[in-house]
Amino acid sequence: MSGVRVLVGTKKGAFVLESDGKRDKWDVSGPHFAGWEIYHLKGSPADPNRLYASQTSGWFGQVIQRSNDAGKTWETVGNKFEYDGDPGTHKHYDGTQKPWKFTRVWHLEPSHEDPDTVYAGIEDAALFRSADGAQTWQELPALRSVKGDLWQPGAGGMCLHTILLGPKNSGRIFVAISAAGAFRSDDGGKSWRVATRGLQSKYELPDPTAEVGHCVHHVAMHPSRPDVLFMQKHWDVLRSDDGGDSWREVSGNLPTDFGFVIDVHAHEPETVYVVPIKSDSEHYPPDGKLRVYRSRSGGDEWEALTKGLPQKDCYVNVLRDAMAVDALDDCGVYFGTTGGQVYASADAGDNWAPIVRDLPAVLSVEVQTLP
Amino acid sequence: MIRVVLPTHLRTLARVSGEVSLEVADPVTRQAILDALEARYPMLRGTIRDHVTRERRPFIRFFACQEDLSLDPPDAALPEAVVIGAEPFLIVGAMAGG
Repeated sequence: MSGVRVLVGTKKGAFVLESDGKRDKWDVSGPHFAGWEIYHLKGSPADPNRLYASQTSGWFGQVIQRSNDAGKTWETVGNKFEYDGDPGTHKHYDGTQKPWKFTRVWHLEPSHEDPDTVYAGIEDAALFRSADGAQTWQELPALRSVKGDLWQPGAGGMCLHTILLGPKNSGRIFVAISAAGAFRSDDGGKSWRVATRGLQSKYELPDPTAEVGHCVHHVAMHPSRPDVLFMQKHWDVLRSDDGGDSWREVSGNLPTDFGFVIDVHAHEPETVYVVPIKSDSEHYPPDGKLRVYRSRSGGDEWEALTKGLPQKDCYVNVLRDAMAVDALDDCGVYFGTTGGQVYASADAGDNWAPIVRDLPAVLSVEVQTLP
Repeated sequence: MIRVVLPTHLRTLARVSGEVSLEVADPVTRQAILDALEARYPMLRGTIRDHVTRERRPFIRFFACQEDLSLDPPDAALPEAVVIGAEPFLIVGAMAGG
């Protein structure tokens, strides 16, 4: 029987949760890299035994770990992220210019085809690539030439957190940065263009429709339709039908359109999930009720999914990389909270149950669907 | 032999327990110890000093012989007790939150 492996990054280590296709009984292993912040870990689509993990610490900096046996054992690989040439400066919180400085890796995105090729999104925002299994990293510097001097940090730092790889041999890479916006390359990262037309940030930017400076929280794409993108911005949920060339708001009847996560059903490209959060100053669900919202129409019309989720006194957050879906016939949906719960639904969100309740604050959730 | 004590997280990362003993040629300085340490344990590169600038990471401290040597120049000579192995060179994670 097929199964799933859920990879959970937390403030104090990584956890691996495994189940068969029923997804009702789970084996939990961890903490791996105990005591370290694990911003993200993800498996290679080309080799499910190949995992990459971003291990960070305010004391000891960045470590990258690699596993060749599905997380049973790990080895440290390259952690040198050196900007290409003189990186110059970017905009700081106070409007002054500040030199670029590497802080951590927020997101690792393995290639669809090659287990040794992996991309890293870092803070201060830049995109790096490794073609040797993460032993060495090279920046794709053209990205920062797209008005990089105007990029500024969001509250969590100036992080490149979303990397979407297009179909094989397409050269398409889509990235999002808080708070710079969204960018697209069609030549494997050699050149980039801004992908923010239609975004409006009237409370965050002096020019609400500026090309860069938008606080994009996350972007999701169904692999069968690389031109259709769904975005959770600081405020607003949006979609694009032209690969990010233009966006329109699809927040519709959401109780609040602030939030961090967004994801797409594995088999229904118009079914989208978000977790509304009350506001930019109150990072918890409205009314103390943890509700996932699902749209089956690609946005605008949303329904609350509540069965199995706490509907009173719940004040957790769900961070930007902490939702994922599996590809089993009945699509599973998973998300983790800052309260340490990882919830799973084996029926596309109709019913939920916690896999674990008491982990450290969850930073990221990824899922591997196993043969 | 130079004796080096690593903080817990770096011992785990380097897969060592207890002190680390290093052969370090004269003159024994902080920079020479860190060079030898990183050569023996490459996974520690970037965790004690920055990969690019080679500067001490802000929350790393260096102690020896009941002295805080963190702000000394990296090429300053270390106390004789460290050089002869009577006292360890301590690499410490700064006390800054939990």
